[in-house]
Amino acid sequence: MLREQVLHNKSTGKPTFEGKERMEEKILQVEDLQVTFTTFGGVVQAVRGVTFDLHKGETLAIVGESGCGKSVTSNAIMGLIPQPPGKITNGKVVFKGKDLTSFKKSDLRKIQGLDVSMIFQDPMTALNPTMTIGEQLTEGLRTHHKISRVEAKTKAIEMLLLVGISNPSERLNQYPHQFSGGMRQRIVIAIALICEPTLLIADEPTTALDVTIQAQILELFEEIQKKTGVSIILITHDLGVVAKIADRIAVMYAGKIIEIGTKREIFYEPTHPYTKGLLNSVPRLDLVEEELEPIEGTPPDLFAPPAGCAFTARCPYAMEVCNLVYPVATSLSEKHKVDCWLQDERAKGLFN
Amino acid sequence: MIQYIIKRFFMMVLTVLLIATLTFFLMHAIPGSPFDDDRTSNPTIQENLEKYYKLDQPLPVQYANYLKAIVTFDFGPSIKKPNDSVNSLLARGFPISFELGIITILVAVLSGVTLGTLAALRHNGIIDYLAMTFAVIGISIPNFILATLLIQIFAGELKWLPAATWQSPLHMILPTLALATGPMAIIARLTRSSMLEVLTQDYIKMARAKGLKPSRIIIRHALRNAMMPVVTIMGTMLAGILTGTFVIERIFAIPGMGKYFVESINNRDYPVIMGSTVFYSAFLVFMLFLVDIVYGILDPRIKLHKKEGESS
Ligand SMILES: Nc1ncnc2c1ncn2[C@@H]1O[C@H](COP(=O)(O)OP(=O)(O)OP(=O)(O)O)[C@@H](O)[C@H]1O
Ligand code: SF4
Ligand SMILES: [Mg+2]
Repeated sequence: MLREQVLHNKSTGKPTFEGKERMEEKILQVEDLQVTFTTFGGVVQAVRGVTFDLHKGETLAIVGESGCGKSVTSNAIMGLIPQPPGKITNGKVVFKGKDLTSFKKSDLRKIQGLDVSMIFQDPMTALNPTMTIGEQLTEGLRTHHKISRVEAKTKAIEMLLLVGISNPSERLNQYPHQFSGGMRQRIVIAIALICEPTLLIADEPTTALDVTIQAQILELFEEIQKKTGVSIILITHDLGVVAKIADRIAVMYAGKIIEIGTKREIFYEPTHPYTKGLLNSVPRLDLVEEELEPIEGTPPDLFAPPAGCAFTARCPYAMEVCNLVYPVATSLSEKHKVDCWLQDERAKGLFN
Repeated sequence: MIQYIIKRFFMMVLTVLLIATLTFFLMHAIPGSPFDDDRTSNPTIQENLEKYYKLDQPLPVQYANYLKAIVTFDFGPSIKKPNDSVNSLLARGFPISFELGIITILVAVLSGVTLGTLAALRHNGIIDYLAMTFAVIGISIPNFILATLLIQIFAGELKWLPAATWQSPLHMILPTLALATGPMAIIARLTRSSMLEVLTQDYIKMARAKGLKPSRIIIRHALRNAMMPVVTIMGTMLAGILTGTFVIERIFAIPGMGKYFVESINNRDYPVIMGSTVFYSAFLVFMLFLVDIVYGILDPRIKLHKKEGESS
């Protein structure tokens, strides 16, 4: 914390590794969240005990391979797990002091879109093709606040300007197909932010966009966060995106967070073998000559996940204990935690 | 838009002319003449009759006369009912057929869409299974068999409803049920499957994430999108209902256009066949045009004026 505040003074708005101010207030605590899906093939343990918290104005990135449970985690926070087949079997999602997992559907609806909003991956499918942009923008607003059509429209125009869409009052009457992909994602962001939520969950918001548009959208996120102080959970495969806007990073593997820490800690002191592998498997501008090393093997079957560390089969350092017992979490710093037996005192002796 | 309508109008006229021409030549390809029955077996009388109705003229001349009749929409008197002109038959019969057809369509669409939506919302639940079992039965029973069954049960055994004719709303129930069940079952199945697909779409998830009420999500977000495939098959369905009215009218002794049409074919009553065919094809083509307009309204992505060169 201290170190981050010191670093912050040098902040110039460029992508750096500084933290942000006013992060003391915790707005979200996820505790040992477990989600399963019952399918014909059996029960998928999609999320197997995820714990993290989020402060006001902070951006937490969740990274990890496809299928590791990122989307399920975010849907569970949002209260959007389809039940059945899904079920939150354990854990809490404490938002502003209240456990959302114990909420009735009708009570959840009072929070969805108002306090917690979500942005989806594909802007081409996230907007209803048969409704005008204006209606899609204002319907959430009009559901949560008793305001007139005119007031809602004024707010909608304001939001479109905020996300950088010109001619907003004419645009309101248009349909999604009349916008480009990048513009649609801006509209999706405007819809998510129109009720001024405290928490924004963005599930791969830039994956479907081309690189230049990606950069613009990320800048938009930063700008909006500065203006509104919204906390963001950003789900992505793209470590470039993470490097640009995350404050902290959670690395997920097979339904668990296996390492979490500040951006600096994860990028410069990755500790879990999977995190290291992940960082080595993407091209980095600063290490041009280095060979890319994709992580060999595939993640475990979530129908029958192993009792021990799920990375065992692919881990170059795997020990006998790894497959049998799940590693205890080790705190490396105030914010840096890792689940790996290598950090156990006894193992350290073994390798040194 | 106006350009599109004009273009469509010409296509429609062309289609009707084509159907009319086909009917004309098919009709004349069938051996026999309207005066084949006993009373007119005297060859002189027959010749005179043919002369009177201009049936002695060469086929191309008859065809030209016929085209003229189409353009002026005056098909002259019926051969078998000399006191009635074709137009008066149409004026008498068509409103009744139209009533039967419209009620059938309304019943089929409203109940089919409701049933399909409920089934989709209770996917794999009891309502779903019941609705789909009902739909399969509804699709597989031909309307004339259903009609006889309905008459036997509700008019014969239970004596709840009148067995025939078209006089009061009570009389309308059985014919409409017989005619609407098939289309309703098809619409229900189609609505269910397209609703199930729409409900998995991202924009529905997004609507949920906005905290909207489930009723609004279904009605405002899902239904309109789920209706597209239903509107697409409405064209064929209309044609099916239209021919269905002929059968049902006959079974229930409803004095609609169907009765005259079927009689006219049996009797080779050329003017009536011609007149009703042209009238019905024009009507159907116009309904198809309406369906396309509705489709364009439902789906803003479809630009009507861009649909050039499309036929139907
Ligand atoms: N509705 C569902 N029914 C059954 N299984 C599901 C369902 N939704 C998710 N899962 C399973 O949960 C696991 C985690 O899925 P999730 O979508 O969270 O992955 P992800 O990390 O978001 O991956 P990606 O990067 O590809 O989006 C997967 O194994 C998936 O098969
Ligand atoms: S716990 Fe064992 S298998 Fe898992 S990452 Fe650490 S060393 Fe590898
Ligand atoms: Mg995902």
